[in-house]
Amino acid sequence: MIRLNNIVATYTTVRGQVDAVDGVNLTIPDGKIVGVAGESGCGKTTLLKVIYGDLLYPLALRQGSVEYEIDTVSGRQVTSRNIKDYWFKYISYIPQSSMSSLNPVVRVCKQFFDFLPVGQRTDNTLAEIREYVRSLDLPPEAIDAYPHQLSGGMRQRIMVAMATFFKPEIILADEPTTALDVVVQKGILMLLMDIQAKMNNTILFVSHDMGVHYQITHKMLIMYAAKAVEFGDSEDIFRAPLHPYTKMLIESLPLIGDDRVRTGIVGRPPSLWEDLHGCRFAPRCPLVTELCRIQEPALIEHKPGYFVACHYAGNTYQKNEIAMQ
Amino acid sequence: MNTILKTSHLNKVYRLGGLFNRIRINALDDVNLTIESDAPAIISIVGESGSGKTTLAKVLLRLVSPTSGSALVYDRLIAGKGEKPSNREFFSTLQPIFQNPFEAFSGYRTVDSYLFETAVRVARLSKTDAVDAMAEALRLVGLDYRDVRGKYPNQFSGGELQRVSVARALIPHPKIIIADEPVSMIDASLRMNVINLFLSLKEEFQRSFLYITHDLATAYYISDYIGVMYRGCIVEFGDARTILSDPRHPYTQLLIASIPQVGQKWEVRKMALADIEAKEFQFEGCRFYNRCPIAGDRCLVERPSATSLTDGRDVYCHFA
Repeated sequence: MIRLNNIVATYTTVRGQVDAVDGVNLTIPDGKIVGVAGESGCGKTTLLKVIYGDLLYPLALRQGSVEYEIDTVSGRQVTSRNIKDYWFKYISYIPQSSMSSLNPVVRVCKQFFDFLPVGQRTDNTLAEIREYVRSLDLPPEAIDAYPHQLSGGMRQRIMVAMATFFKPEIILADEPTTALDVVVQKGILMLLMDIQAKMNNTILFVSHDMGVHYQITHKMLIMYAAKAVEFGDSEDIFRAPLHPYTKMLIESLPLIGDDRVRTGIVGRPPSLWEDLHGCRFAPRCPLVTELCRIQEPALIEHKPGYFVACHYAGNTYQKNEIAMQ
Repeated sequence: MNTILKTSHLNKVYRLGGLFNRIRINALDDVNLTIESDAPAIISIVGESGSGKTTLAKVLLRLVSPTSGSALVYDRLIAGKGEKPSNREFFSTLQPIFQNPFEAFSGYRTVDSYLFETAVRVARLSKTDAVDAMAEALRLVGLDYRDVRGKYPNQFSGGELQRVSVARALIPHPKIIIADEPVSMIDASLRMNVINLFLSLKEEFQRSFLYITHDLATAYYISDYIGVMYRGCIVEFGDARTILSDPRHPYTQLLIASIPQVGQKWEVRKMALADIEAKEFQFEGCRFYNRCPIAGDRCLVERPSATSLTDGRDVYCHFA
């Protein structure tokens, strides 16, 4: 379980400070694939960095804290400040671009050694790594190759192998399949789902592709302009989303075999530099009222485990209105 | 009847490697496409990376010259042997839109300067007419000239900037616009706005599009014709709706089964992994041989040629 207590994450730039994640309060349950969706710049990668404890300048955690449930021998409290000591053993990370994450001049097998203590870098461990890589459907020669000799899909499988080798409890995946083709993407996602089913770990999966979220996630978090706007079971979110942004986002996707006219959402997300008040989706929302412009809606639990930040969530009359738009 | 696009035996060979272990990559391998229609059409080329779809766009834009074969766009010879149209005629026949609008426009120049230059140099308008043409083109894409004037690329969102680059392409009144992955860098909520813009430009202003993409769902949504490419070869070509709702080539079937669609869960099926890409380019027979579930002995030695089915599509498979 990961508890996020009112996280405010700030980037410091020459123009001043900007809050890329602004007050996220959530509890992420164990043993689930949790999808994080939203537009570019909505703070989904920043949220992942905070959870990973990768808080290097210019990013800083200005407010709030992250609590992890780790049983440490010394009994010390693990927070985002000292989670670094547990990287890869307890929490691991699958990046988007495998080409810029793997060292181009070192063979793949040697790179597995990077996160092992010096004493464990033995032939025995190497044999274990080989065995593990083979179990992920990779050709055995892939482990002795240089990264550039492998295709994008194989490299991403190597990244998955590295991230899961120690059976961590939490895996953070930041758009792991965005640069890949649909056929390869399906293979990698199937692999991730298999691993999750076997090891029962928590996967935080960031992607902007709602189709991918539909296929693999158990729970979904929708973010918009640095705020969490909806959090609940994926099944509920895709069947009957309560926030107008989520609803419009899902309905804008074209489907094969469906000839209805689709429309995007007019307007653009607000700039985080501006002085924002009220609901951040208000300028683009078809249901906006005076209340939305003045008062910011809080993330409220509408039914057990389902949170929405909208003044009119669950109001059926309002929902029909969106369908007509 | 207009010939919107006709390529015959178009080949492009890239050579990779050193002097002794040199390999040939047929980025385009005997591509034959013919689209004839009086009405404008949106033609989609889909395929994974390394399938040659961008090479096809580059040949049509004269950015690379083909090794052999020829290409005609609206009855003008674009590539191959013969008399070519002048630069000016070429650019008023076809215009490009690129993938990332933030890379297409320099961050140090205002975006309207690009539109102005296109109007003056390509469309050969006087300076006062150029401003009118810019305002008109921006109006067509749903923007106001007053909002665009004097602004730099970082003052736009991706969707707006891509609209500006569509407006730039519209200024010389091209017959066809070549769009190479125009929406892949744009956020999901804004993507459909650009896609719908293409549709309305086709219907109201008679512009054709060559839409190059790996997103089959948007290709289904807008295209009239679709060509599926794999490792430099066309594997299936014809009416978009027919092909995407009833694919016949095993590769097209695999592609469609892999799309993450909302409302339809994936079937769990064991898939053959792709081999090293360069190796697949060297296959003598069908290039899909090693991943194909229905491959026979014949596929290993003989490259399948086009089989025309009764519904008007071409399938490049021995078992079509």
